[in-house]
This record gives sequence, structure tokens and C-alpha cells, in this order.
Amino acid sequence: MKKLFEINWIKTLVSLILTFVIIQLLISLNIINSYLQSTLAAICINIILAVSLNLITGFTGQFSLGHAGFMSIGAYVCALITLRIPTIPGFILGVFAGAVTAAVIGVIVGLPTLRLRGDYLAIATLGMAEIIRIIFLNMDKITNGAAGLQDIPQFTNWAWLFLYTAGTILIISNFIKSSHGRACISIREDEIAAEAMGVNSTRYKVTAFTIGAFFAGIAGALYASTFNFIDPKIFGFSKSIDILVVVVLGGLGSISGSIIAAILLGIITTYLQAFANIQMILYSLALIIIMIFRPQGLMGSKELSLSIFNRLGNSYKSKKGRV
Amino acid sequence: MSILSVKKLTKSFGGLTAVSNVNMEINEGELVGLIGPNGAGKTTLFNLLTGFYVPTSGTITLNVNGTSKSLGGLKPYTICKNGVARTFQNIRLFKDLTVLDNVRIAMHKNVKYGLISSFLHLPSYRKEEDELIRKSMELLRILRLDHKKDELAKNLPYGEQRHLEIARALATNPSLLLLDEPAAGMNPAETAQLTELIGWIREKFNLTILLIEHDMSLVMGICERIYVLDYGMIIACGTPDEIKSNERVIKAYLGEGLNNA
Repeated sequence: MKKLFEINWIKTLVSLILTFVIIQLLISLNIINSYLQSTLAAICINIILAVSLNLITGFTGQFSLGHAGFMSIGAYVCALITLRIPTIPGFILGVFAGAVTAAVIGVIVGLPTLRLRGDYLAIATLGMAEIIRIIFLNMDKITNGAAGLQDIPQFTNWAWLFLYTAGTILIISNFIKSSHGRACISIREDEIAAEAMGVNSTRYKVTAFTIGAFFAGIAGALYASTFNFIDPKIFGFSKSIDILVVVVLGGLGSISGSIIAAILLGIITTYLQAFANIQMILYSLALIIIMIFRPQGLMGSKELSLSIFNRLGNSYKSKKGRV
Repeated sequence: MSILSVKKLTKSFGGLTAVSNVNMEINEGELVGLIGPNGAGKTTLFNLLTGFYVPTSGTITLNVNGTSKSLGGLKPYTICKNGVARTFQNIRLFKDLTVLDNVRIAMHKNVKYGLISSFLHLPSYRKEEDELIRKSMELLRILRLDHKKDELAKNLPYGEQRHLEIARALATNPSLLLLDEPAAGMNPAETAQLTELIGWIREKFNLTILLIEHDMSLVMGICERIYVLDYGMIIACGTPDEIKSNERVIKAYLGEGLNNA
């Protein structure tokens, strides 16, 4: 049992290093040019957003439409800090401060709203995100209002993006596999039964909401640092919907689904730039077609894992054994 | 010594009094039945005992390990932590999770490692998770579900789903177990097997059991004492033989005779 766990850990590490090195190589060979690099950044940020929203909506079963709100908090906090301290430590501090602020707001918002269920919760979280947006819009002196913050120092590169994205995925998937994560999933499955089995449902809903908000804050901070410019419009209702689309498309309750969907949509968006006029029509069509053929999402609630390679390896070994 | 003592418990929904002035004493180690016609308020009483409803008036006191605790108004998860577990009349398993996960979730309240450990899978995580799996498998073996640990709960046959509900309730390590119609939908052979199982887990886990049941072969077969509920009121209490011959009980079940009409 113990040995198996260690082998899995090594495999995860190896595949992470491989992913990093291959993309880094493609960047230095200029196969991924600066235009594609911004697509890459957008994909990484979307993965962080989708995986963290999946924890709230897919695993804990709480329908939230306010993820862009948490993202905007991370973006503004990080932008304001790096504008004043334009150094690497300033950037690290900015990302951390943005994430923590988003998490704190997550607790404050979560405690009253998570008593609501289903549609009511969706509307409450939507309202929350709008309130955050309006606050940023009206804090002229600090946030520069509707004009937004410009010339935010850019610190993100592939290494940073990879570090944060891989970190988010590992931490959230570890959480899901823990007893605390199972408590969250039991709320999605049957809240009444979960309570009867000793799970404090309010506590775990708020926990999931807070963790989700924390990572949305990180995503926002990375966004600000990658694209140098933020204004309140970016973090409107449609941004929350965009994130939800990635989660639903990948499959509610599947982390690998969210990752695959974020990558797929990133690539589709990039290639549709060529048809600027009908870009949104094609994008929507692609979504409709996927949803017709895979209503449960690309992955359903299943995970793509390294054990697939294990199985392939085993069948190969057993074949060899027979010969 | 009574493990559960209910005094003047009343629950009304608007104008309807679903449970009215109920007094109940259950002694440690006893196996007590709760019967009554449909709509008598049996499940409402269970929901009051497990915190899903807040009593309109009256008290519920649980005495475990020499300490007594008032359960009225506590949340379900707190009541569970105090040692009361239940099953549901209409099975409420975590359908899309595996048999093992269903049981592991019920053991969550004893998990000590924190969130940080769950994020990073620190050694304390590994140690406690291994222990959780060991304990869960032990429980599943007892209920003969161990070979199905990786099946989704919804794919189990009906009888095994009922068994899994009991396994899950036992996983919370209760002192008092409330079973809401455990034999509902079972055939006579399955019911006989279940009757045996209930008696056996009582010995094995040192439990006090209160069960709601319509199947009289089960109730009369294993219950030491029976409470009869009708229109929210306790109309009789006694040994199975006393209940069988109690006129008020017969009247509640069969209606009044023509000569009284």
C-alpha cells in the first residue's frame, strides 16, 4: 500500500517535470511565439479558475455564479501591490495578499449565502460578484474607477504560471481525496444524510467556498500580472459564466475534465480569431454540439489518471509473460 | 439506567400536532420497537430525536457514559457526534460514491488531521487514512459487503443497500441506533435474515436499538418492549405479548367494531 503511494507520487512528479520542460523547450525554440504564449497564460489562468470553481460547484454541489468576483479581488490587490513594489518579492506578496483577501471575502460572503440552496444561492453569489465589481468601479482614488489600472508590472512567465497551476491542481485534488474532501462530496450527494452521519454541512460548504475563492484570487493576480491591464468590466457576469462553462463542459466533479476543457476552449478560441466576425457563433456552436453528445461533460465525474498507463503497462507485461 | 429519556415531547406543524406529549424511556442495551398506523408520527419522532426537527416543547435527554445531555434543538451532526445514529425509511445513501466511501464518510467525525495535512497529504494524513480504510473494511466484512467495496452504492441490489445503510450508521460508532423501517420492501426470507443481523450487531457493538417497523414478524420477534403511536400519542407500551392483546392497539390498527359505531 505504502509503496504504491510512493510510486504514484514519483509518477506525478515526473509527468509534471516533463510537461514543464517540453513547453519551456517549445517556448525557447519560438514554436510557441509571444502570441501563443498569451494563449498559454490564459489557459493556465482558466485552469486555476475552473478547478477551483469545480471544488465549489462540482464536488460540494453549491451552484456559484460569483467566481469572477473573487478573481477581481485577487487581480486588484495584486495590481495595487506590484504597482507600488515592482519587484519579484512584491509580486509574490501581491499574489499571496490577493488570494488571502479573496478567501477572507469568501468566508464573509459564504457564511450567510451558503444557507441558501440551488437557484437562490446562484442569484445571491451573482449579486455578491456585482457588488464587488461596483465597489471597484467607485473606489476612484484607489482603483482608478472605470478607466482601470494600466501598466501593471509583468512578472508572470511560463515558470510562474506552471508553478501556480500545478500547485492549484495538486492541492485541490489532494483535498478531494481526503476525509475533508469526502465530507464536501457527501453534501453534494445528500445533505440530509451527510448531516445525520456527523458532517457539519455549513462548515464544509464554507470551507470549499473559501478554498475556491483563494485560488480564484491567485488566478486574478496572475491575470493582472500577465495582461498588464485590468478594469471592472473584465470581471463582470459574463466572466463568471465563462468559468462555469469550462467546469460544466469538462464535467462537474472531474478535475481532469476542467483541465481538458480549459485547454480545449483556449485552443478553439485562438484558432477562431481567424474568423473574427462569426467567432462567437462558432464558439457557441461548438459548446452546443459538445453538450448534445456529452451532456455529462467531457469527463463526466471520472478522472483521467496515471493509472491508465499502469493498466496499459500491466496488460503489456501480462502479454509478454504469456509469450 | 435509561440511555434515552423523552419527556412530554410535542411537535406541531401549524395546526397539526404530529407528535403530542410523548414520554419514552429506553434502557441501555434494550431493543425497543416503535409501531403505529401510517401517519401516526413515527418518523417525525425519529426526526425530533436526530435533530432534523426542533421540538415545539418537551425534552430529550441522552445518557451516555455517565453524562447526560439534552438533545432538543441541537443540530443533526452534533447529535450524531453524541452517539445517536440513524437509517432512513427511504434509503438515503451517497448513491454516486463507492460502498467504501459511504462508510468512510460516516467515520469523518473522528478524523483528526487538519486542512493543511489534507492539502499536502502529510504523514498524519496517510496514517489516519490507512486506519480509516482498515476500520471501514472490518465493518464491511461484518455486513458481508467487503467484496463490493468499489461498487457504486446505487448499483447494489436493494437488500444490500439496506445493509450498507446500517453499516454506515454503525461507522459513526453510535451508542443508540435508530432504524427507520429496516425491512421495508424485503421478502420474508430477507426479513428473517435481517432480524438475525439486528440481534447480532446489538451484541457485537453493545448497542441500544430503537426501530420503527411495519413487519410484525420482525417487531414481535426481536423487540423486548414496544411503544405504539397513534395520532402522535403513545397509546400503549409493553412487551410484545401485552401489545398483541392490547385493545387500544387492536382498535388503532383495525378500527372500531360495528357494535360501537
